[in-house]
Amino acid sequence: MSLLEVQDLSVSFKTPDGVVKAVQNVNFSLEEGKTLAIVGESGSGKSQTSFSIMGLLAENGTATGSVKFEGNEILNASDAVMNTYRSAQISMIFQDPMTSLNPYLRVSDQMAEVLVHHNGMTKSDAIKDAIKMLDAVKIPDPKRRVNMFPHEFSGGMRQRVMIAMSLLCHPRLVIADEPTTALDVTVQAQIMNLLSDLQNDFGMGIILITHDLGVVAGSCEDTLVLYGGRVMETGPTNQVFETPSHPYTQGLLRALPRLGAKTPELATIPGNPPNMMHPPKGCAFSPRCGFANAQCAEQPPVLDLFEPTRSRACHVPKEALS
Amino acid sequence: MLTYILKRLFYAIPTLLILIVFSFVLMHSAPGGPFSSDRPLPPEVLANLEAKYHLTDPLWKQIGRYVYDVVFHFDFGPSFQYKDRTVNEIIAQGFPVTLTYGAISFAVAVIAGCALGMTAALNKNSVWDYLAVGISIGAQVLPNFVMAPILVLIFTLWLGWLPGGGWNGGQWQYLIMPVIALSTSFMASIARIMRSSLLEVMHSNFIRTARAKGIPARTILFRHALKPAMLPVISYLGPTFVVMITGSVVIDLYFTTGGIGQAFVNSALNRDYAVMMGITILIGTLTIFFNLLVDILYAWIDPKIKL
Amino acid sequence: MSDTSISPATSPEPVVKGRSLWQDARRRFFQNTAAVISLLIMGLIVVIAIIGPHFAAWDNETIDWNVLGDIATMGAPSIETGHYFGTDELGRDLYSRVIQGTQVSLMVGLIGSGIAVVLGTLYGATSGYIGGRTDNIMMRLVDILMAVPYMFVLILLLVVFGRSMWLLFAGVGMISWLEMARIVRGQTLALKSKEYIEAALATGVRHHVIVLRHIIPNLLGVIVIYATLLVPQMILTESFISFLGLGVQEPNTSWGALISEGASTLQYGTYWQLLFPLSFFVVTLFCFFFIGDGLRDALDPKDR
Repeated sequence: MSLLEVQDLSVSFKTPDGVVKAVQNVNFSLEEGKTLAIVGESGSGKSQTSFSIMGLLAENGTATGSVKFEGNEILNASDAVMNTYRSAQISMIFQDPMTSLNPYLRVSDQMAEVLVHHNGMTKSDAIKDAIKMLDAVKIPDPKRRVNMFPHEFSGGMRQRVMIAMSLLCHPRLVIADEPTTALDVTVQAQIMNLLSDLQNDFGMGIILITHDLGVVAGSCEDTLVLYGGRVMETGPTNQVFETPSHPYTQGLLRALPRLGAKTPELATIPGNPPNMMHPPKGCAFSPRCGFANAQCAEQPPVLDLFEPTRSRACHVPKEALS
Repeated sequence: MLTYILKRLFYAIPTLLILIVFSFVLMHSAPGGPFSSDRPLPPEVLANLEAKYHLTDPLWKQIGRYVYDVVFHFDFGPSFQYKDRTVNEIIAQGFPVTLTYGAISFAVAVIAGCALGMTAALNKNSVWDYLAVGISIGAQVLPNFVMAPILVLIFTLWLGWLPGGGWNGGQWQYLIMPVIALSTSFMASIARIMRSSLLEVMHSNFIRTARAKGIPARTILFRHALKPAMLPVISYLGPTFVVMITGSVVIDLYFTTGGIGQAFVNSALNRDYAVMMGITILIGTLTIFFNLLVDILYAWIDPKIKL
Repeated sequence: MSDTSISPATSPEPVVKGRSLWQDARRRFFQNTAAVISLLIMGLIVVIAIIGPHFAAWDNETIDWNVLGDIATMGAPSIETGHYFGTDELGRDLYSRVIQGTQVSLMVGLIGSGIAVVLGTLYGATSGYIGGRTDNIMMRLVDILMAVPYMFVLILLLVVFGRSMWLLFAGVGMISWLEMARIVRGQTLALKSKEYIEAALATGVRHHVIVLRHIIPNLLGVIVIYATLLVPQMILTESFISFLGLGVQEPNTSWGALISEGASTLQYGTYWQLLFPLSFFVVTLFCFFFIGDGLRDALDPKDR
């Protein structure tokens, strides 16, 4: 049984201007101790996928499909049920460490309350554990720092606090939503190394949500490429990177800056991400795709398992792409 | 912390001095005032004035003496109207009354306003929300001088439940209408501020983090959301205090409760400048202290502000 | 890169037609039903205040001796006696008095907020644009003045210098300019650090051009919103003072004075004496609040 099994997950939002379909029919699964990268540009639905797993969609959002955690259905579970999973089994690291910690509470209070609530610890014991965890995420002088307020930490340090907080109850699954986007490049590498070290220590599964392919290559076994709320391609990371089977993935990889590249300019994918209020009728990527044919514009492609571990959603034959 | 308070008190000094000197000069230059001789005053009052102000001295000496008495003895001198009463006596008589119903009104406005605003925000687009928004819009156009007669019309003239005025030592029947009339519009404003600030806080990233931690909604509200949601309410308390004390003048006048507001209007109608000045300066002082309290409270809640 | 595997396909970009800020704001405002209805009602009240006297059967000073003995029954609103709104306690025509009060109250609102807006904008924009030490000192002064209990000082002024309508207008305006100054100063500071202002400075555009072309037009929205919200505040302040009997003097009147009179005679059953001025007062305040809200929604840069 997989740790997490997501089937046919769709998320839509009611807005005054109409219904926005943010995520459509997403499927994936994650095994214990493994890392899955969900890659896509902003607005591709990757954050909403993670929010729907956690039950944290905004009030106007609805999710359909199925999300099974260790075989138990948790999609659209009540808050009371979800609260037994949140942090204890599944925890989340958010994108923006500057605003994701409560600025009015000491770090000690924010961390301790997790343990007090889920493990029934006394507050002083909980703070001792919190200090240990701050030490584990390599925050210097954690005994003193634990009594500080978030604004007294730098961005990178705050993200470490977030990570420490998410690991307090030793959850089986950690969803990291662009954990390094808001940080300096040097700090990004530190945080990513820290996450994979911690994964070795604690053995949790990680879903890493990112738009940064460089981050993915180093640390994730599997990769899932999202575009316009739909899965474009999935597979083991090294295979996806070496032989991308979808024009969008090809474009993404080509847009990566590389040392020693002979071209004077950075490659880009022309055009803009689709307006999710009025998504294209066929394949979401078709308006920007150089291979697009008449079928692409009319009919969305289905995800096709073309190798035991790889699948793609594209009307154009794989062989025609290279 | 202490240096901050001392610094704030230091800044308060020029405010008070400006207020005192301005009032004194105003009174001195008033046509038909006690310092111009075109209004015959009773000899006893004139004697009091002479003893107090040394009317033949130059103006700056008179101001200096007045400031000295006010600042060091809290002595506002004799009344211009009553020959046997001092301003201090008049204030001492009315102030406890104003303080009593003022403090109750303030508490009612803050507590009821916060409760109403919270209910509305937590049940957005429910009956409670519409009720709270409706009340706060309605109360915007029903200031105390409109509320007071409407209340008397309903509770005294139609229902006959409550006395239409008087104080009677602060008995509860005499307190109800003044408190409602004075507190309603502030309660409404506080409810509106609380509603929008709590809504904003509940949509913030750190509340999402708290929800992701799996702690119960009640804990999220009281431990995580309430403090930041209270901040805009707290900054509104400073102005509230001033406008409320101003509103007490209407309450005193309409319900004849006998607070300092009544003394102020009486002295205004009788040109008793000494009493008017005394009350103005007293209220200015209270305002400054209250604003200081509010700032300290704000800094105590918001860790980002260093005192 | 000459590879064409991903080439610009014809992107279905919708053509966005340029619309000026104010056109956009006007469209938003007219979509707000409450604000538009309020604007219409407000217009009606202004029209009544202007042409109302032509329809009056009595002027606002003449005492109708026929009703004086028995105001509670004879002075009630009626078409036959020509007292459409009834009479006041002295037998004067309430219709004429309400119209006269409307004129005074609206005038207080406009003049008072006009003074506050001009004073506040000049002070705030100067302070914010110069910045530095000057800004510091100017704002400290505002802080100091903020702690003054203005209503009491204004009453003191009115008592000392006699109750003139113009002093009242000016005094009411003087109360509110501080807040306006703070708002404008904050906006100016924010504008000053915007990239396009810095760009203008860097390319050598002169200060007065920057102020005229960039600062003032961008402040206009805020000024309009707060001016609209100031008008009801001014009306409230004047009514408050007149309610205490310290505002406008007979035979002139205002909503506050009329409400005060009506409130004091409630026990005689002459409810109309409170009802008519009160309705005008409440409806006008409502209208201004809704118009202000509509303007804020239409002009607030936050939602743009």
